[in-house]
Amino acid sequence: MNLNEPAAKIRTTYREALRMALREALQRDDRVFLMGEDVGRYGGSYAVSKGLLEEFGEERIRDTPLSESAFVGAGIGAALGGMRPIVEIMTVNFSLLALDQIVNNAATLRHMSGGQLSVPLVIRMATGGGRQLAAQHSHSLEGWYAHIPGLRVLAPATLEDARGMLWTALQDPDPVIIFEHAMLYNLEGNLAADAGAVEIDHAAVRRAGDDVTLITYGGSLGKALQAAEQLADAGIGAEVIDLRTLRPLDSNAILASVKKTHRAVVIDEGWKSVGLSAEVSARIMEGAFYDLDAPVLRVCSREVPIPYAKHMEEAALPQVPAIVQAAREVLHRA
Amino acid sequence: MSLPQDISIALLHQMLRIRAFEEKCAELYSAGKIRGFLHLYIGEEAVAAGIMPALTLEDAVVATYREHGHALARGLSAQSVMAEMFGKQEGCSSGRGGSMHLFDVTQRFYGGNAIVGGGLPIAVGLALADKMQKRNRVTVCFFGEGAVAEGEFHECMNLAQLWKLPVLFLCENNLYAMGTALSRSESDTDLVTKAASYNMAAATVDGMDVEAVYRAAQEAVGAIKHLGIPYFLELRTYRFRAHSMFDPELYRPKAEVEQWKRHCPITTFEQRMRDAGLLDDAQLVALKADVAHEIAQAVAFADAGTWEPAEQLERDVYTRQVSGA
Repeated sequence: MNLNEPAAKIRTTYREALRMALREALQRDDRVFLMGEDVGRYGGSYAVSKGLLEEFGEERIRDTPLSESAFVGAGIGAALGGMRPIVEIMTVNFSLLALDQIVNNAATLRHMSGGQLSVPLVIRMATGGGRQLAAQHSHSLEGWYAHIPGLRVLAPATLEDARGMLWTALQDPDPVIIFEHAMLYNLEGNLAADAGAVEIDHAAVRRAGDDVTLITYGGSLGKALQAAEQLADAGIGAEVIDLRTLRPLDSNAILASVKKTHRAVVIDEGWKSVGLSAEVSARIMEGAFYDLDAPVLRVCSREVPIPYAKHMEEAALPQVPAIVQAAREVLHRA
Repeated sequence: MSLPQDISIALLHQMLRIRAFEEKCAELYSAGKIRGFLHLYIGEEAVAAGIMPALTLEDAVVATYREHGHALARGLSAQSVMAEMFGKQEGCSSGRGGSMHLFDVTQRFYGGNAIVGGGLPIAVGLALADKMQKRNRVTVCFFGEGAVAEGEFHECMNLAQLWKLPVLFLCENNLYAMGTALSRSESDTDLVTKAASYNMAAATVDGMDVEAVYRAAQEAVGAIKHLGIPYFLELRTYRFRAHSMFDPELYRPKAEVEQWKRHCPITTFEQRMRDAGLLDDAQLVALKADVAHEIAQAVAFADAGTWEPAEQLERDVYTRQVSGA
């Protein structure tokens, strides 16, 4: 093997990268199992776990009844009992039926027990809009979970993170929630053939630039990168930060970039009010106020339940022109 | 009365311990040593005392927020439980949990849970872990009859039976969900039929009779361990005290409380032991003295306990800390 040769790449999708991660976890650790609605026979509502039932059997690929609270709580109990469960919830909207277990148990047991217990549970769920599924399948509630001490919240936005975050999350002794934006499942690209686990503590600079920082995560990363491309055509260098981990937030990465560019736009598919974008903006104000040359702007979902009609849904979600516009505004070049 | 003397004495001793502990807690609450919510188990002692002997240390317990009795009967020391009540770092949850959140991982005691029904999914999961790891263990899960109205109860009964998980569901039916009588909250007050609707083995037990509870627990745990099935027991009991220290008890007649007190699990069992020649005055005096000594020591231990430095506040939120976050 020639070490100077670039690593071999494979053509794959976000969905397949997630499945590779699941398969690797199931192969490497026999404490790992997957449970959720339709993860087995059906192959996963987004086909992420397709084929895994045949490969690993019903003990480890468990179809559950439609009982979000019971099977998420069972994941907590199984984690306490020495297993490494991966619980899939179809969408973040359905996860509200399990909020009691996630917020009152998973997030608190370590603290309430005075440090005796850890809950090494991974919960995966789809999030976000864009598929005309209306207001009970399209919301972005990552910020709700990121509000809760005791939870770790991840948002893989790239093939590498889809492939690599799961294993690292499974090694974490505390509950980790992984948000998979539903519009990313078909994302295609090249992935190193030997891609594996990635660290989950830091944000990543996805594009370097000196003029303005675009801070985003998950399904909005692609839009931010497109906006950066358009800005580059106009001679504006946008730096794009992918938060990757929504709790704990990598404040250092955010502040380092803003101190360089002096301008920031936060792009979040969640709503503005009391959301993640508000948190990021506040941290910039607290940590880099005197480095700012303009107020921080936000491009978020409009304050409505996500509607069905295509043109209305598009109007509700953050879009590239709005990001470009916001970047120009903070540069006073609107 | 057909239990051997040593077992009978042990059951009586356990009930006396719990009663004395709870009475002391009420006193210390009035004295301001214990704060927050305090839910006393007085009247229900036969349930915890009768269930726990059926378990080994390998088995797991998930309890409610009225769980001092469960904790003591499981084997947590009165000292560590009392220190927890005081909020001291020597407490079984380092003072972070309080009365409603007693934990001891060495006893596989997975907590008082203060969300009604919230412990059931955890119990199901603990049992799932045992089954998947081929360990022949039981997880017992206490909850009140109020939990039967929760969706989590039904989800968990279904899942446990569907997956044949070794859970012993223990419904402590004390007739009142805080102040709401069972008949005012359930369209069908027969709780065993609810278990039966999930095809789960189920029985009703006189929860004021420690011997009946003891036997039912032995049978249920035996069935779970031999057949690998879940089991449901309804334990008909009654709390003699208010729901919590803030409860003026406007929802139940005093005569009803007095009526139930005549079925006190401790005095009735004492009498039956005497009638069977298993207990005399000297033995009872010795048991009570032993209990009084233990509780006094627990209070002294809690009093002498220390406050965790507030600088440690953010400890034990995460096992793995991320710097700079």
